[in-house]
Order: sequence, then structure tokens, then C-alpha cells
Amino acid sequence: MTDQLTRRQLLERAAMGGAAITFPGILAACGSSGSKASSGTTSVEQKLAKTLNFSNWTLYIDVNKKTKAHPSLDAFQKKTGVHVNYVEDINDNASFFGKIQGPLSRGQSIDRDIVVLTDNDRYLSLMIKKGWAEKLDKSAIPNMKNLVDVQKHPNFDPDREYSLPWQSGMSGIAYNDTVTDPVLSIDDLLENPKLKGKITVLNSMGDAMTIVMLANGDDPTKVTDKGWNAAFNRIKKAVDNKQIRQFTGNDYAPILARGDLAAAMSWSGDIPQLGNKHIHWNVPEAGGAIWTDNMLIPKGGDVYTASVYMNYVYDPKVQGLMEAGDPKRNITGIYYIPPVKGAGEAATKYDPAVAKNPLIFPTAKMLDGVKIFDSKALNNQKYLEQWQNLISG
Amino acid sequence: MSLFHRHQGLTPYLLLAPGVLFLAVFFVVPLGFLAYQSLQSGNFDIGYTFTWSWSNYWDALHNYKAQFIRSLEYAGIATLLALVISYPVAYWIAFRGGRWKNLLLLFIVAPFFVTYLIRTLAWETILSDNGFVVNTLQSLHVLGPSGRLLATSTAVVTGITYNFLPFMALPLYVSLEQIDGRLIEAAEDLYASKLQAFLRVTFPLSLPGVVAGTLLTFIPAAGDFINAQLLGSPDNHMIGNVIQSKFLELTDYPAAAAMSFILMGGILVAVFVYARLVGTEQLTGTAV
Repeated sequence: MTDQLTRRQLLERAAMGGAAITFPGILAACGSSGSKASSGTTSVEQKLAKTLNFSNWTLYIDVNKKTKAHPSLDAFQKKTGVHVNYVEDINDNASFFGKIQGPLSRGQSIDRDIVVLTDNDRYLSLMIKKGWAEKLDKSAIPNMKNLVDVQKHPNFDPDREYSLPWQSGMSGIAYNDTVTDPVLSIDDLLENPKLKGKITVLNSMGDAMTIVMLANGDDPTKVTDKGWNAAFNRIKKAVDNKQIRQFTGNDYAPILARGDLAAAMSWSGDIPQLGNKHIHWNVPEAGGAIWTDNMLIPKGGDVYTASVYMNYVYDPKVQGLMEAGDPKRNITGIYYIPPVKGAGEAATKYDPAVAKNPLIFPTAKMLDGVKIFDSKALNNQKYLEQWQNLISG
Repeated sequence: MSLFHRHQGLTPYLLLAPGVLFLAVFFVVPLGFLAYQSLQSGNFDIGYTFTWSWSNYWDALHNYKAQFIRSLEYAGIATLLALVISYPVAYWIAFRGGRWKNLLLLFIVAPFFVTYLIRTLAWETILSDNGFVVNTLQSLHVLGPSGRLLATSTAVVTGITYNFLPFMALPLYVSLEQIDGRLIEAAEDLYASKLQAFLRVTFPLSLPGVVAGTLLTFIPAAGDFINAQLLGSPDNHMIGNVIQSKFLELTDYPAAAAMSFILMGGILVAVFVYARLVGTEQLTGTAV
């Protein structure tokens, strides 16, 4: 921290009067985008803070429909005395990263103890690479043993020193049966003339390219220029033909439900949340994508308190309630895919229908058909630029 | 009091100081930083260095010419539409509104108590493929049976027009409302027809409102990206969408900064040409 310009120093310089606010001074204050945050290991004091600041995506935790309270957070407070300041301020990885990278690059705290970023975008690995994430206090997370095996050694954090999964989800195709016959393949989605102008594709490069590369018979876990170009050109052709109406985040969901869209490349968890019986979701015939949102402790966060919370959500009983909710108590669950062993059995107790839903507790066959996009390709500047130029006109 | 008397020359500057300081800190300094950034090279991983990298500008102009032109085009059409729609409304309220004037003005502003994003999303529903508007246009054969409005340039321009309408209507109202009715009476006494009186008296007197309204609409509209994002397809994206993706998705800050400067330059040129055509006194002149 010592070699960085802190917020107080900036204010002091400003307070020295007009003459002190010289151009170079301000530039130095704002422009340290390339520098790394100071990387000494913070000695962990095992003492709980009063408040845990947790930034998460919208609609991503159990909620009581009547009181809008989050039962799992209330229970955590009862158990540990820690109040969770739960903020739903992440809408997409890029914007959130854009918001926090300034202070982090200056070595300032962002006043968050846990943030959640996705592994199919480049920002999660960037946070770790830049030294902007604190190491977890594993001694406080014995429940880490419940982490599902496939998640134990991701390439961005091979020993799970910095991150733990929050939830996973699959990317595939959803269609509205009032508008179209079943749409089960990328061939149909991108090339069936009946669907012209009635489909959308996800604006997340990792998701879209994984699905199209699989349809082309290429391996999205090891991207080559040849495979990339084939998939890219296929999507570009569908844009030029006006087959693709828009590239979207999860804003496709209401448009699909309304029937303006016949089909959409879609995230599995959005569909049970919609609760519309005419919308069907499936892993495309040639395979789909899987992604995982990961909890991280940003530099300056309270490591011990955050780790204690992570331990709490890795308790299968807690995870079961968070996932399935409890219809008897008006609690809605997360409805994505939990990364915790035993959550399924625990969920049966609360809502058997959810526990049986393959979109939430996918079958082994489904999990075989979904792949994770090559993390090297995610950081390939040429690919990123090509993709952004395609989706932003 | 005596201090001010003795230093009378200083008083205006003292009064100006807070405003100037505010502009310096929140406008000039960030703008300077943006200019500095626009000439950097490098990338997010290795960091950016200042290298007088003018190529950022040439690359932006070369690669995104279409989006720059489209932005000015959409903003221009939307401004014109907003003028044509607001003028009669403002005229009616100013001259016929009577004691309902304030209430009617409130109606114009009322939708704007709702956030920008929600208002734009509402247009997604209004223009929906199976909605009332599209069905009506289809039965009138204005749109083909498989025609749609969403994800077309029509929807984007419609959205922009709607979102900036009050910025046009309110200045128009102010300048129309201040017109001395006796001038129009005099014109009519001198045998001007209603139309002639409007064209030669009312309209010229309302020009400051027209100029202020068009500028207040055109300038922010040219940089807008929400309407194109939600109501358009990739073919309709504007330069704002490109800047946003460069800044957030690609973390290519120099390119985004260069594009912002080009957009600003383009708007300044457009405003300058416009001012020359209409006459500069209209830019600064207050009504009558």
C-alpha cells in the first residue's frame, strides 16, 4: 500500500490549493492503470467482522417472495453474528470489472469482501493474475471437501487458492413452442429460413463460440485459428443473412416468452426462473457450454469473514435450501447448478420438483455434452476484437 | 460591502470562481486525461504508455466510419422528427393552453420521472412483433406479413426521438410563450394571412427555441447507445455502442478515448455548420 497514492493523499494534494492540482499530478493519480497492486501477503487475523460486503449478480440467491429477505443470509447472521450486506450490483463481468479495476489498480480497497465473476470471461483470471484477489483462508473452509470433483482444478486457479464456485450453468438453446417446432441444433438455429429474424445469440464469446464450434465438429477446449474462423464465419453469415436478430445477455428471456423470438441461445437457469411452460431448453445435439461463477475476495477484503461465509454455503444443507428454496415458506431458490456435493439430497427435502429438474441437477449425460471454452482463447486479443466488432455492428 | 466597492473589478470574477473551478475539475481535467489516454498505446495486461499514438485516431476513423456516419444520421433524423412533433404541441400549449399550461407541460415531462432504461424497454413492448402497432401496420399493408419494427433502424430512431422529446419541447415552449401577441395582431392588421403571420413573425421569433432544442436533442442523441442496443440489431449499432464495447469488453481505453474525441469533433463541426446557416445570434439570443 505504501508506494501507492491513496485516496487521502489525493485529497491532500487537492487541498493544497489550485496550484497543486497540476495536470501531471492528476494524471499520475488517475493514470496508473498498468501498475500492479501491492502484493504482500496479508496476515490473516481470525476474527469475524461485523459486516460482510457481498456483491453478486441479480436473482442469484434464495429469496422470500413476500418479505424479500434472504433466509440463508439471515440464518448466517443468527449463527455467526455477521450481517451480510448483500448487493446485487453485477450485471455483466465487463461492466463490473470496469467499475472496480480503477481503485484496484491504484491499490485501493473496493469495500467488498466477496465478488462473483464468471470463468467464461477473461476478467476472473485477470483478477488473479494481476494480484487483485486475496488468498482464501482454507483453514476456515473445511466444507471445501464438498466441492464437486470437476471443479477442483480449473486452469485459472489450479489449486483453488483464490476462488470457489458459487453456481454453474449451461448454455444451450431455448425455444418457444407456440412459435416454432422444436429447435434442437445449431444448424436449425442459425440456418433454418423459417426462423429468420426470430433468433438471438448470446453476446458472451465463450458461450456462443463453444456451442458453434461443437456443431462444426471442432474442439472448443483447445481452440485453433482454423476452428475459430470456421465458427466465426458461420455466425457472421447468419448476421449478414439477418437470421440473427440481436446479440443479448439475459435480456432475451422476456422477448422469447412474448413470442417475438422463436428460439434463442440461452442460459439454463433463466428458463426455470421464467416458469413458462411453452419455453423449452435443451443441450444442442452436438453439445453445449458450461460455465461457473466464482467467488473471489478482492484485495483489501476481509479474508477470514469471507472464508467463514464460503464455508457456510458449502454446507450441503444450506446449499440445498439456497438452490431449491422452500415453496411452503414462499422461498424461491437460485435454480442454477450447485457446486456442492450432497446439495441434491438436501434439496429433495425442500422442493422435490426442483431436485428432479435436470436443468438444476443435470444428468450425467447432460454434463458429458457440455464443454468449457479454452481459457487461452478467452484472452486472445485478436479473437476478442473480432467478436466485439461482430456483435457491436 | 466596502471590500466589494474597492475591488469592483474583481467582483464578477469572484462570482464566476465556483463555476470555473467546477468546470476545471470536472470537465477540463477529465477531458485532458481523456486526450492523454487517446494517444497511448499498449494493452491492459502490459499497461498503457504515452507514445503520441495518433494511429488510434486513424484506425478508429478507418474501421468505424459506418458507425460514425450512422450516429450522425440517426441523431439528425430523430432531431428533425422531434422538432416536427414538438413544435405544434409547444405552440398549442403556449397560445391556447390558458390556465392549463402548467398541467400540460407536466404531461410532457411526466414520463421522464421513469428511468431512461425502463422507458426504452417499454418501446420493446410497444413495437413488439405481435403487438398492436405492428399488427395495425400489417393490416394497412405498410409492413409485410412477416415485417417487424424491433431490431430495425425505425425502432432505434423512434426510441431516440421519444427519449429526447422534452429537450426539444421545453425550449420551444419557452421561446413561443415569450412572443408578444400584439406583434402577431399587428401583422394581421397589416393584412398578413394567418400563414404569413406565422412564417414571418411567429416562427422567426421562436428560432432561439428551435436552435436550443435541436442542439439539446442532437448532441446527446449522437452519443446514445441504449436505444441501438435494445431496439436495434447489430446493423443499427451506433458509435456509442462501439465505444462502450472498446472500453468495457476489450479494455482498449486508448481506442475508446480516441473515438470519443472524434465523436466530439464531429458534433462540434456539425454544430458549427448549423450555427453558420441559422446565424450565430440565434445560438445566444434570448427570445425577443
